[in-house]
Amino acid sequence: MPELLELARRLAEQATGGEEVEVYVARSRETSIRVFEGAIEQLTAAESAGVGVRVISAGKQGFSYVGALDEAAGTEALGEARDNAGFATADERVGLASPDGVDPPTLELWREELVRFPTDDKVELALELERHVRGGDPRIRQVVSSDYVDGLGESAIATSRGIEVTSRRTGCYLFVHAVAGDGNDTQTGFGYSVGRAPADLDVEAAANDAVDRATRLLGARKGKSAKLTAVLDRRVTAALLAILSGTLSGEEVAKGRSLFEGRIGEQVGVGDLTLFDDPTNPLAYGASRYDAEGLACRHNSLIEGGELKGFLYDTYAGRLAGTSSTGSAVRGGFRTTPSVGARALSLLPGKQDQPEIVATVSEGVLVQSITGVHSGVNRVSGDFSVGAEGLMIRGGELAEPVREVTIASTIQRMLQHIVAIGSDVEWLPGAATGVTLAVDDIAMSGA
Amino acid sequence: MTLTDSPLADLVETEVLERVLHEALRRGGDFAEIFAEDRASCGIFLDDGKVEELSSGRDRGAGIRVISNETTGFAHTADLSEKGLLQAAEAAAAVAREGGGGGGVRQAALSRQTPAPRTGVKKLPSSIPKSAKVELLLRADDAARSTGGAITQVSAGYGDSRRRILVANSGGLLTADDRVRTQVRLTCVASGDGGLQTGFQTLAFTLGHEIFDDHPVEEVAERAAQRAIAKLTARPAPSGVLPVVIKSGSGGFLFHEACGHGLEADHVLKDSSVYAGRLGQVVASRGVTLVDDGSLAPQWGSLAIDDEGRPTQRNVLIEDGVLSDYMWDYLRARKEGRTSSGNGRRQSYQDLPMVRMTNTFLLAGEEDPDEIVSQTPNGVYVAQLGGGQVNTATGDFVFGMTEAYLIENGRITAPLRNANLIGNGPDVLSKIDAIGNDLEMCSGTCGKDGQSVPVGCGQPTLRVTGITIGGTAGA
Repeated sequence: MPELLELARRLAEQATGGEEVEVYVARSRETSIRVFEGAIEQLTAAESAGVGVRVISAGKQGFSYVGALDEAAGTEALGEARDNAGFATADERVGLASPDGVDPPTLELWREELVRFPTDDKVELALELERHVRGGDPRIRQVVSSDYVDGLGESAIATSRGIEVTSRRTGCYLFVHAVAGDGNDTQTGFGYSVGRAPADLDVEAAANDAVDRATRLLGARKGKSAKLTAVLDRRVTAALLAILSGTLSGEEVAKGRSLFEGRIGEQVGVGDLTLFDDPTNPLAYGASRYDAEGLACRHNSLIEGGELKGFLYDTYAGRLAGTSSTGSAVRGGFRTTPSVGARALSLLPGKQDQPEIVATVSEGVLVQSITGVHSGVNRVSGDFSVGAEGLMIRGGELAEPVREVTIASTIQRMLQHIVAIGSDVEWLPGAATGVTLAVDDIAMSGA
Repeated sequence: MTLTDSPLADLVETEVLERVLHEALRRGGDFAEIFAEDRASCGIFLDDGKVEELSSGRDRGAGIRVISNETTGFAHTADLSEKGLLQAAEAAAAVAREGGGGGGVRQAALSRQTPAPRTGVKKLPSSIPKSAKVELLLRADDAARSTGGAITQVSAGYGDSRRRILVANSGGLLTADDRVRTQVRLTCVASGDGGLQTGFQTLAFTLGHEIFDDHPVEEVAERAAQRAIAKLTARPAPSGVLPVVIKSGSGGFLFHEACGHGLEADHVLKDSSVYAGRLGQVVASRGVTLVDDGSLAPQWGSLAIDDEGRPTQRNVLIEDGVLSDYMWDYLRARKEGRTSSGNGRRQSYQDLPMVRMTNTFLLAGEEDPDEIVSQTPNGVYVAQLGGGQVNTATGDFVFGMTEAYLIENGRITAPLRNANLIGNGPDVLSKIDAIGNDLEMCSGTCGKDGQSVPVGCGQPTLRVTGITIGGTAGA
């Protein structure tokens, strides 16, 4: 990794007077294994590396990247970024992050065990997962895919403003797609397990999850339209939080594209609702020492006791809003520029687990999975309408399975209609944490 | 590495390709392939009245796969030297040993296929000054804001790419393609008493900068702005089953999701498609003919050859309501002892190919679109669909309506807020009872198994007798 920082530094040092330069250098190695019917269907060994350069000159930003890791290619990207900058509209608020004195959290996200983990053992994990699912229930008709994937990522950022940081992390996951059948009826279920090292992976839990999800939907019919309480499973809540994070981006707010614009200090949700982004928590999959501009990650409070407290900012968004960065810059790799994003959004957990919450619902639906999140949730207007499947709840008991229904409301309304937040925290891949969430006054559309 | 515009044939010499293929099969395996690519792209983003950023990038590399029986090994490298390619070949071949069979197959000598012609690109992205590309977005911003005072925010994106690919395989194939794509995307926010609303419009073709000669960006911008403004007075969408008339164009995505994915042979062969085992059966209303055609230039999903080197072609999937064929790539076709249909695609050299759609559309019928509406007493008129998602094993799909209206007494009336539609593919196909004469195409991005590829979609105006509308108002 010193060589990544060394390369970034050498390129950033080429900044000329009055020019700001940020160099992001990244390298990753990934193994991806898919098994089918007891044999390897595909195995991919992948290495990728590249350099992304931002140049800011007189308030104008240009960017260029190259999918290679040598100084000559990096210098060419720098020249290209410099040229690109000439075409942007000048905006004095555009600029790189300045060191802000905040110390990064102590986190060790790299596991040597994963680096040394033999390929044969990776294959065996995927095979074991497939066997567990096939043997999990006689109604499992097919295991479409059973995957093991891992990745080692290293990166360095150096800027002409004096930022020099390096990061590295390991990650691995198991993922299985099961199909259950009963007569003419077919249902599917996904299960997964995720961690930083192979020892974190739980084959049995991933398998059982896929089997349960597929089999318990067998016999599902289209539900009837009704107003009811939706009890969102942990994964569904996490998907919902990920959407919500877009509305809490300080940049979207400053640009008039968020339903939360101008509402700081207002009661936007029920009193039990407390939401924060905390990438300093080592349990969160998205935990990180530094953000994508090289500032320390930190705990950011967004909603407390239902009151809107703040938004997430990167350097540019902070300047737009007249405040400073909250260390919330994220980036998709060396091919893109940083933008505002959450890494570890969490709700403050409540006191009841999922079965206890279900027991309090007289008429509702336990939503096992949702679809169409990107097409059905509008972060500007707040309109919310997604496909759903799960189990009906009657008199506090789980009842018949339903499919091909939608659940709808608006984000604004849902936050005011939360009736229970679960105690059952699950650390999931992605930028949000799972917890059971019950929301009433939801319109379910079906037959 | 030097960033020149050299022809791909010079990127890797034929003798090097042959030696790498030989190395890939040296210790086993029955098929090896090199996919090399050189991609240059440019993106410009305008937001809040300002050109925020111009970005450009370059990616070059090769992916090598070795197939042995049912097992595929794959590795990729950004190092196009013989050493880099040989290393990747060795990594891919290591897996083939586990697959066992087929050792000692000798690859045929490479013979170059006539490279397919580029789809008539007149203005290469590299020939257009960056300032002209920026100018386009500034014009779009102006046009959107002049549409009405209610427009409070405009973001506009411009993107172009030139992707030159080369495919060489152990069967002796050596071929290449040169793909140029250009697009512009507009999102407008309108503000009114009832809050904020958004409107979206995109223009995208497998062509160069000349697309703006035929399609002024102002029109794209105005369309997006009008959409946002119209929704300011929108009421909540109904909740429940209603007849739905879908306007020609973006409705094609509904068929892309509702049945297209289920007709991809990888899903079918793993029995994870509702259409598995149904060839020759009636799967849709009479009059429904669904086609996938990658050769349909200059649509967004057009390719001269697919990413396995196979020329694209017109594939009829459903003919007059009867399921006639699936879509195939090399691997799945080989399993069934047939030829690929030219549907093997990959996002980049870093990805394995799989069965993908290209341009998927429903053929036009004979009815007048206006009459379809006037003969619908009550229902919903969907003028624009956003993204969607399908579960191929069950056929259940969802779809976002981004511009929709009520139909009352045969007339299009009040605008509706965004909501999802939900349905089941085979069910919706059998409920189409009117097909218009106005086929239109549109563009989009299709995601599958983590890979995104550009696709075209299309359909004429049509009516489905009942789809569940996922709104909040009593139907």
